[in-house]
Amino acid sequence: MHASLLLPALLLVPVLGAVAAMANRAKDGAAYAIAVTTASIELVLSFVTAGFYKNTTTGFDFSSSHVLSSFLGLRYSVALDGISLLMVILSSITVLFALLGARDRRREAAYVSWQLLLLAVTVGCFVAHDLLEFFVFFELILIPCYFMMTQWGGANAKAAAMKFFLYTFTGSAGMLIGSIYLAVQHQHEFGGAITFDYTALQQVSTSATVGVWLFVAFAIAFGVKSPIWPLHTWSPSTYAAAPTAAGIELSALLSKLGAYGLLRFGVALLPTIQHDVRPVMLTLAVISILYGSFVACTAKDLRRFIAYSSLAQMGFVTLGIMSGSTIGTEGAVLLMFNHGVITLGVFTVVGYLERRRQNVALGDLRGLQGPMPVLAGLFTVFMLATMGLPGLNGFISEYLILIGAFTTHTWWALAGTVGVVGSAVYWLWAYQRAFHGPVASADAGLSDVSQRERLVLWPIVAIVVALGVFPSPVLNRIAPSVQHITASETPGVTK
Amino acid sequence: MTTLHAPAINYLAILPFLFLTGAALFLLFLTALTKNRLSTKVSSTVAVSAALAGFVATFFQWFEINHHGAITTASHAIAMDGFSAVMTASICSSLVFALLIAHDWQGRERFNGAEYQMLALLATSGSVLMTQANDLVLVFLGLEILSIALYCLIAFNRRRLKSSESSMKYFLLGGFAAAIFIYGAALTYGATGTTNVLGISYFLAANHLLHPGLLFAGGGLMMVAFAFKVQAVPFHFWSPDVYEGAPTPVTGFHASIVWGGAYAAMMRVMIGGLGTQIDTWRPIFFGLIVLSCLVGAAFAILQGNAKRLLAYSSVSHSGFILLGVWTGTAAGLSASAFYVLTYAPVVLGSFAIVALVGGVGDANHELEKYRGLARRNPWIGASLAVLLLSQLGVPLTVGFVGKFSVLSATINAGDVYGAIVAIVSACIAAFAYLRWTTGLFADENLDTPPLVVPWASRVVITLSVIYAIVFGIDPGLLTSIASHASLIFQP
Repeated sequence: MHASLLLPALLLVPVLGAVAAMANRAKDGAAYAIAVTTASIELVLSFVTAGFYKNTTTGFDFSSSHVLSSFLGLRYSVALDGISLLMVILSSITVLFALLGARDRRREAAYVSWQLLLLAVTVGCFVAHDLLEFFVFFELILIPCYFMMTQWGGANAKAAAMKFFLYTFTGSAGMLIGSIYLAVQHQHEFGGAITFDYTALQQVSTSATVGVWLFVAFAIAFGVKSPIWPLHTWSPSTYAAAPTAAGIELSALLSKLGAYGLLRFGVALLPTIQHDVRPVMLTLAVISILYGSFVACTAKDLRRFIAYSSLAQMGFVTLGIMSGSTIGTEGAVLLMFNHGVITLGVFTVVGYLERRRQNVALGDLRGLQGPMPVLAGLFTVFMLATMGLPGLNGFISEYLILIGAFTTHTWWALAGTVGVVGSAVYWLWAYQRAFHGPVASADAGLSDVSQRERLVLWPIVAIVVALGVFPSPVLNRIAPSVQHITASETPGVTK
Repeated sequence: MTTLHAPAINYLAILPFLFLTGAALFLLFLTALTKNRLSTKVSSTVAVSAALAGFVATFFQWFEINHHGAITTASHAIAMDGFSAVMTASICSSLVFALLIAHDWQGRERFNGAEYQMLALLATSGSVLMTQANDLVLVFLGLEILSIALYCLIAFNRRRLKSSESSMKYFLLGGFAAAIFIYGAALTYGATGTTNVLGISYFLAANHLLHPGLLFAGGGLMMVAFAFKVQAVPFHFWSPDVYEGAPTPVTGFHASIVWGGAYAAMMRVMIGGLGTQIDTWRPIFFGLIVLSCLVGAAFAILQGNAKRLLAYSSVSHSGFILLGVWTGTAAGLSASAFYVLTYAPVVLGSFAIVALVGGVGDANHELEKYRGLARRNPWIGASLAVLLLSQLGVPLTVGFVGKFSVLSATINAGDVYGAIVAIVSACIAAFAYLRWTTGLFADENLDTPPLVVPWASRVVITLSVIYAIVFGIDPGLLTSIASHASLIFQP
C-alpha cells in the first residue's frame, strides 16, 4: 500500500466498519464482532503508519489534500507529525479496549457504530491539517457522544448530554470565528483564495492584541474539552451519566483532544503571543491541579472521582504545554498518551465493578479487596501509575513536565509539585475507602474479575509498565515535532 | 397622434413566471370545463410539471447569463442575472417539494380539486417576480400576487378555526406591510425621480441629495415592509401564530418560497438600489440582525409546539441571512443566497415530517408527540434528526456550510461582532433543536401506531435528507453556483 493512502484509510476504515455493523444489526453478535475487527484493523493501521513515519524537518508527513469548495476555502487536507501519530495510536487503542472491556448488548449494532464513528472523527481531528477541517471534526465528535449518552446512558444522562453538548458547542464557537478571522487576515496579507491551511495560517502576522484574543478563543474551545478549570463543570456529570464505553472514550481520549488542540492551535499557531498568555494559562493549570486534587478527595462516586482526577492530570498537561520548554512539552505529550492509557484502565475497572454492583458511590464501597483481590490489584497498578510511581508510565511524563516548567516558570512548577503529593492523597484515600476494611455483607459474594475481563486489562497494564521502563521509542518520535513547535515560540522566560 | 409602444420583452427572462401563471390558468380552465371536480392527482401533476419546467428554465437562463451577461428587459423592469436565476431555481424546486407535501395532505384532509395548486402556483409566480423585479412597482406587484394567494392558502382549511384566524391576522398585517411598502416606494420616487432600482442607484451615485430626508423615509419604510415579510424582529409577531395556524404544507411553503422571494426583493432593493446609502441603513439593519438572531433563538427554546418552534427558528435563521445582506459585499450577497439554498429544502423536509405527525386536522404538533418517533418509524425519526441537526448547524450537514459562509463573509467584510452575535444565537437555538432530537429517540409512546408515510412525503423527506448530507459533505457545486449569484449591478 502506498504510504499516502494510510491516512484516508485510517479515516475510512471505521466508517465502513460502522456501516457494516449497522447492515448486520439483525444478526446476534455480528455487529460486535465487526466492530472489534474494525478497531483492531485500525490499530494495526496506526502501527503501520508509525512504521512508515519519517521524522522530516517540518514534522508533517503523509500529507494529501483535496479542495471541496474554493469559494468557502473548504478542503480535505490531512497530514501527520509525531504528536498526531501518538494520538492516533491512542485513539485506536482506546476505542478497541472500550469495545472489548465495556460491551453493552442493548441495541448493540447502533452502539458500536457510534463508537466507530467516534473513532473516525477523533482520528480526523488528529490528522486534520486545516483549521476548518479540524473544526468540522471537532464539532462532529459531539454527535456520537451525544447519541451514546442519551440512548445508553444512566440516570440523568439526557440532562448531562445536553449540558455536554451545549458547553462544547458554545465553547468551540469562538474557535470558528477565530479561524475565519485568521483565514481572512491571511487573504488580506497574501492575497489569493481564502484558505484555512494550517501551514499557511502559521504565516499570518497578527498584532499582539488580536493574537491574544485569538488565543483566548482557541483556549476556551480546548479548555472546555480538556477540561481546564473553570471550564470543567460539565465533566463530572457527564462522566457519571455516560455509558461505560462512552465514559472511557471521553475521559481517556477526548480530553486529550483539548490538550492537543491547545498545543497545535493555541501554541504553535500563535507563537508570538505566548509570552503574554503564559502566566494566566499556567495559573489556570495549577488551579486545575490543586482544585482537581482537592475535590477528588470529596468525590461522591468513582466516576466523578475519575473526572476530578483527570482535571488534575490534564492540569499537568496544560502546565507542560504552556511552560514553553521543550522538555515540558514533550512530557505533556507523553502524559496525554499515558494518562489516556491509565484512564482507560481505571475506567474499565470501574466498569467491571459496576457490572457486579450497580452503585459505585464511594460511601457505599467497603472492603472490596476481600471478594475481588485481582480487581483491587489492577486498580492499584493504575493508581500507582497516576500517582507517579517510578517504573510506571505516569512518572516519567510528570517528571519531564515538572523539570521543564521548573526551568522556565519556577513558582508555578513548585505549586504543581504540591499536586503530585495531592494525587497520592486522593488516590490512596479513595483506595482505602473502597478496598480496605471489612467488606459489606451484600458485597461479600461478589465475583472477582473473570478470565476474559483480565485478558482485556493485561495489554493495558503491559503498556503502563513498558512505557514506564522504556519510554524512549515514543519520546524519540515526538521530540522533533515538539522541538519544531517550541523553537518557534518567543523565549519568554519569566520568573 | 402618439402611439403606445409595448416594450421589447425577453421571454426567456420571464419563462419561469409564464410557466407558473400559465399552469395556474390552465388548471382554472380545466376546472371550469370538466364536469366533476378535478382529482388531486391531475392538479398535482400539472402543478409539479410547471414547477419543474420553471426549474429547468432557470438552467437556460443560467447559461444565457454566463455566455451573454445579465440583462434587463421589459423597459428595465425585469432583471435576469445570476442572482435571480439562482433564487428562482430555489423557489421552483421548493415548489415541487411543497406541492408534494400538499398532495399527501389533501388526501388526508379529503380536499379534492385544483384550488390549492392554483393558489400555490400563483403565489410562487409572485415570489419569482420578486426575485427578478428591477422596479419598485414590479416588486409591489410580485408582493401582492404572492400575498393575496397566500392569504387564501393560509385559510385553506376552513374546518379549522385557527387557519382562518391566522389568515385574518396575516391579511391585516400583510395589508399594512404592503401599504407601507408602496408608501416607501412613492417617497423614494419623490426623492430620486424613478422607481427603477438601477435608476435609483445611478441617480444616487451621480447626485448628492441636499435634503435626503425623503429618501431616508422612503428607504426606511421599504425596509420595514421587507422586515415584515422576512419576519425580522421586531416585525415578527405574526409569524408564530401564522406558522401554527396555517395548514402545515402552507407553513412549509411559507418558510421556503415566500421567504426566498422576500429576501431576493430585499437584497435587490437594498443593495442594488440603495447600496450607495449603505452607511445610513446599516446600523438599523444591525439592530434587526441582533434582535432577530437572539430573540428568535431565545424564544425557540421556550416553545412546546413544533410549528411555533420552527417559526422562531426561522426568525433566527433570518438574522443570519440579513447578516449576509448587511455586509453589502458581493460575497455577502452570495453567502445569503447560499443560505437560502441550504435552508429551503431542509425546512421543507422538516415540515413534511411535521405534517405527517400532525395528522388529520393538524392536531398533533406538540413536541410531546414526537417522543419515541425514531423508535416507531426509524427512518422518519433519523431523517428528522438529520434535518434538525442541519438547522442547528452541525458539520457535514448543509446547514453548517450555510452558517459558515455567512460568518466568513461577515468577518471578511471586517465585522467580527456581527459574527459573534450570530454564532451565539446558533448556540442558544441549539438547545431547542437538541431537545426535540433527544425526544425522538426516547423509549416512550411505543404503543402509538407508527406513522403511515405516503410516497410523495417519502420522496420529499428522502431528497431533503440526501440534499442535507451530500451538500454538507461536498458543497462545492452549490457554493460555485452561489458565488456566481451576483446582481446585475452592485454599487
